[in-house]
Amino acid sequence: MFGWEFPPHNSGGLGVACLGLTRSLKERGVEVLFVMPKKMDIQTPYARMLYADIDGVHSIAVNSVLSPYLNTVSYEKIRGRNGSTSIYGPDLFGEVDRYRAVAGALARSEQFDVIYAHDWLSFGAGIEAKRATGKPLIVHVHATEFDRSGGAIGINPHVFNIEKQGMEAADVVVAVSEFTKQIILRSYGIPAEKVRVVHNGIDETTAPSGNGVRRMRALKDAGNKIVLFLGRITLQKGPDYFIRAAKRVLEKNSKVFFVISGSGDMEGNMMRLAVQLGISDKVLFSGFLTGNDRHEMYTAADLFVMPSVSEPFGITPLESMRLGTPVLISKQSGVSEVVKHALKVDFWDIDDMAAKMLAVVGLPALGKTLSENGREEAERITWAQAAIKVDSIVSSLVHQV
Amino acid sequence: MKSVCFYFQVHQPYRVKQYRVFDIGNDGEYFNDRSETSLNNRRILEKVAQKSYIPATKLLLALLQKHPEMRISFSFSGIALEQLERFSPEAIDLFKRVVDTGRAEVLAETYYHSLSFFYSVAEFERQVAKHREIIRRLFGVWPRVFRNTELSYRNDLASWAESAGYSGVIAEGWDPILGWRSPNYVYTPKGTSKIRLLLKNYRLSDDVAFRFSSRDWAEWPLTAEKFNTWLHEAEGDTVNLFMDYETFGEHQWEDTGIFNFLEKLPEEVFKSGQIDFKTPSDVIQAYDSRDEVDVPDTLTWADTDRDLTAWTGNPMQQAAIDAIYSLEDQIIQANDGRMLEDWRKLQTSDHFYYMCTKWFADGDVHAYFSPYESPYDAYIAYMNALSDLRLRVQKAAKGHA
Repeated sequence: MFGWEFPPHNSGGLGVACLGLTRSLKERGVEVLFVMPKKMDIQTPYARMLYADIDGVHSIAVNSVLSPYLNTVSYEKIRGRNGSTSIYGPDLFGEVDRYRAVAGALARSEQFDVIYAHDWLSFGAGIEAKRATGKPLIVHVHATEFDRSGGAIGINPHVFNIEKQGMEAADVVVAVSEFTKQIILRSYGIPAEKVRVVHNGIDETTAPSGNGVRRMRALKDAGNKIVLFLGRITLQKGPDYFIRAAKRVLEKNSKVFFVISGSGDMEGNMMRLAVQLGISDKVLFSGFLTGNDRHEMYTAADLFVMPSVSEPFGITPLESMRLGTPVLISKQSGVSEVVKHALKVDFWDIDDMAAKMLAVVGLPALGKTLSENGREEAERITWAQAAIKVDSIVSSLVHQV
Repeated sequence: MKSVCFYFQVHQPYRVKQYRVFDIGNDGEYFNDRSETSLNNRRILEKVAQKSYIPATKLLLALLQKHPEMRISFSFSGIALEQLERFSPEAIDLFKRVVDTGRAEVLAETYYHSLSFFYSVAEFERQVAKHREIIRRLFGVWPRVFRNTELSYRNDLASWAESAGYSGVIAEGWDPILGWRSPNYVYTPKGTSKIRLLLKNYRLSDDVAFRFSSRDWAEWPLTAEKFNTWLHEAEGDTVNLFMDYETFGEHQWEDTGIFNFLEKLPEEVFKSGQIDFKTPSDVIQAYDSRDEVDVPDTLTWADTDRDLTAWTGNPMQQAAIDAIYSLEDQIIQANDGRMLEDWRKLQTSDHFYYMCTKWFADGDVHAYFSPYESPYDAYIAYMNALSDLRLRVQKAAKGHA
């Protein structure tokens, strides 16, 4: 299995998904060799970790700054900042090529039945491994370039091509939602019979845990309500719609605080937007949170909002539901296909978004009912269910061979 | 001799439009949706009249002409009748002609199809009185048998109905309250002496109302011949077949053969000479009470619990019911016809049913008839409209002072 992030070394839902799926596959008796592009300190009982820069392939080590969420512009910024040396290539695509180059040698030195690659950065490695060994390839699409570009700026044709090559080379394409499957059929021209939907899940290993609300207590005790955005502050996640809806809410109810939790290339813009709208005292930026802090933020919130413009799945609403915090999610998301006990809104409909925020902060019985039913529902959406589907896809390919 | 007693329920609520928080204080119209959705009351009413009420009533008129021994009964909610008067005078005219035959009994209920008996007996009595007026005005008859909203029933309802002068009351023939007894007899409610209890034979009723077109059902297709055999096999004095009138043409579409079934049934039934048709009042006169039936806790027709939880089971439903009935004193004092009417239209049981979250997650469309996207949307629209009504009431109170 080729990936590039795995908890605790993850910056988003992809690493969480890799852990959840790997663990549940292991429980089903599927053995996973998990390949990462470079050496990281990962301890997991669920998979044997391989690092593409060690294990006898030192000479072509892939020590990259790869991250699934970078676009090439921000990648160049990071490289500039870190002053990375030229031996790792001049651009993101060079890093991808390096990962690919190692994959063939690595694949030939290991025993396995099926190759599994998560998202575009590892698709090249997956294709190479298939070419080197002739084993069947499954590519798992957690997001497409169309999601990452947020529908506004143009897609990167190079990334698109890598994605398309990966899906074409694959024996089976796994999509995280019907929403994503439709993009794969429409924009990548992949035949429908090759694409399977496997929704993400959540379980105790991947759900946030912590000690409950402490630091936010004063704010809440003063009678304030907290509405939370938690995710990368990028165009795809729709933070601007969140802030514009906040403005509408505050016109009606001043006892609401809006917390934006995360980091991303639109953070500065969003701070400026809050100032422009005259609500900067009500919109708090917490930075990227992990562990206890993240758990506290979820539990302190009266409502979690995911206003994504294009969200292949979206695990964060499930995390919130499991902790009993009601969610308002964009209809342009995969998770809205699987949860019923959530409020839903078109991301562009700021009035409706604001109206639903106001409803939850103003009607305690609404929050209570959403919380009770949502918690129960989220507990039924598990990685074990996802693993059953992946297991059957894997088995069908193994038996074909 | 054994009898078949048909009673058809005719009811249509005033659905609350998508009333947003921003409309509060600015829009005093709650029921005037003009969209192409199922919230448009006029649109729904016209559709149901065309598909069901008009063709079914024409058929019943023809059957009454053809079979002089035929008897049926109806229970109309007041708000269904007033909507029909406005939007489908043809249906009203057909109903009048049926009642004019003297062989169709009209039952008593609350004008607003409300659960007011359980929250305010004073308001309940006003609604029953208003219902008597419209039945008198349209059909020139006084109802003699009482049927409460959703067949909700308790010992004290029977006592109330007895003291109000009714000769009979109707309830669900639910096994746990009957024990070894059959619903096919006349009973005496506990705590009463003169009034009689008629119980719905839910198995045979639901064979027609719910299962008729179900191809998963072992008895599909249900023919008049087969159903007639079951009626003959049933032990007891009377088989009470109580169902929504929309069964004919709306819940079961015309192409399922439901009209043919209804057309053939009387002929089949009369063939043997062992079964006749009776109205509820006829049944009460013809057969002696066999036993006393004790129903201390509220019984309804709904789902496997046969209680009120489909209307009052979750925190939203409880909050909504508390909120609407808490306005009673102020509304009555304000003595404003429009406000009173809006308040009562908001008491209709359907509003609370739309907020039910019990079966929502199962995606069971049969269990969840709702014009809203979710129970949460139903609750939000309702509470917003109610907030506006509360403002109007407060304004009126200030005006008086």
